Amino acid sequence: MYSQGLIGADTTTEETEEFLAAFQARIDREEKIEPNDPMPAAYRKTLIRQIGQHAHSEIVGMLPEGNWITRAPSLRRKLALLAKVQDEGGHGLYLYSAAETLGVSREQMTEELLAGKAKYSSIFNYPTPTWADIGAIGWLVDGAAIMNQVPLCRCSFGPYARAMVRICREESFHQRQGYELMMTLAKGTPEQKEMAQDALNRWWWPSLMMFGPSDSDSSHSDQSMKWKIKRFSNDELRQKFVDATVPQAELIGLTMPDPDLRWNEAKNGGQGGYDFGAIDWDEFWRVVKGGGPMNRDRIAARQKAWDDGAWVRDAALAHAEKRRARAASATLEAAE
Amino acid sequence: MSTQHMPLWEVFIRPRNGLHHKHVGSIHAPDDEMALQAARDVYTRREEGNSIWVVRSNDIVASDPDKAAENFDPAGEKVYRHPSFYDIPDEVGHM
Repeated sequence: MYSQGLIGADTTTEETEEFLAAFQARIDREEKIEPNDPMPAAYRKTLIRQIGQHAHSEIVGMLPEGNWITRAPSLRRKLALLAKVQDEGGHGLYLYSAAETLGVSREQMTEELLAGKAKYSSIFNYPTPTWADIGAIGWLVDGAAIMNQVPLCRCSFGPYARAMVRICREESFHQRQGYELMMTLAKGTPEQKEMAQDALNRWWWPSLMMFGPSDSDSSHSDQSMKWKIKRFSNDELRQKFVDATVPQAELIGLTMPDPDLRWNEAKNGGQGGYDFGAIDWDEFWRVVKGGGPMNRDRIAARQKAWDDGAWVRDAALAHAEKRRARAASATLEAAE
Repeated sequence: MSTQHMPLWEVFIRPRNGLHHKHVGSIHAPDDEMALQAARDVYTRREEGNSIWVVRSNDIVASDPDKAAENFDPAGEKVYRHPSFYDIPDEVGHM
């Protein structure tokens, strides 16, 4: 009791006005909330939704890249890709553990993913038809994820913040290996450069969509900011990502697929920043709601992994039970 | 689907000799041996430590958060437990 083993624990809290005000005051003082602390049901629910979604994204995110492990063009690239995909699996596990401190079980979260009730990042519903996609994912998708995740290291919920510190430390290699891969292709033969440009063309807009709907259309943003789960709005983070990434593309001779992209001196309070074209939000919502090119494949792959692993989980539990029973009878015999 | 949940374990890692084992997170595993293996794979991919402890989460005895005030607040009043409470002439130098 009171440790982190809280799966299925009674988590009801009486939410009087005094309680809610005191909770908000703790948040405002930058105090961290820990698993056993009383918290409003909506705070708990928001975190379970967000951390669960984040964990699913890490796990589903292994699939598009896993597609290329056996076909990596050199041992160096293969080692890097294997390590990266293994990291994503690890990140999923850190995050499931963090969500479990809120009372939900991993099995429940998995069932919700497989039933289509829990979401994951819509970016993973795009296919990876060429090797350059692996570069584009590392550079752009991980780059966007890092932009989102760095502020989460200061999230008000302790276990989520701590998981994010580990994840951010590990992710920077992901982005660098992706950029290096793109750079190598961009410096290669005309065909290789074209492959890199084609991957950039396909991944740029979906990467911008990763930050979520515009602030004016985001349903969860305000309360999450107040609770210091989020520190920056979707549009603020998206702008930071654009400003950081456009010069990186220029440096390796690739062109952003956006005719409206231009430098604007007046942006960011006079510091300057890029104006960019309109995002196709219809496409975003279509993919979020299951209409992306790979939605069905991704869930089918997760369902297969879950079903095919069932006998392993059952056998491991049976083996543990057998060992426990043997140890118990040995202790009994020794006592006789 | 198994109805039984995989037990939960808390993982503690010692970064190097001379330091304490420190809580780093949790994992699920059916028994102690697999818990250690899983903890190694999940929490030490980058030389984070040279020793791992795992303990069943259910076996941890923890203090009641509702009693945090009565447990820990009294220490705040006992200023005489700190060196700065005692007045000593400056000429003594460092003590």
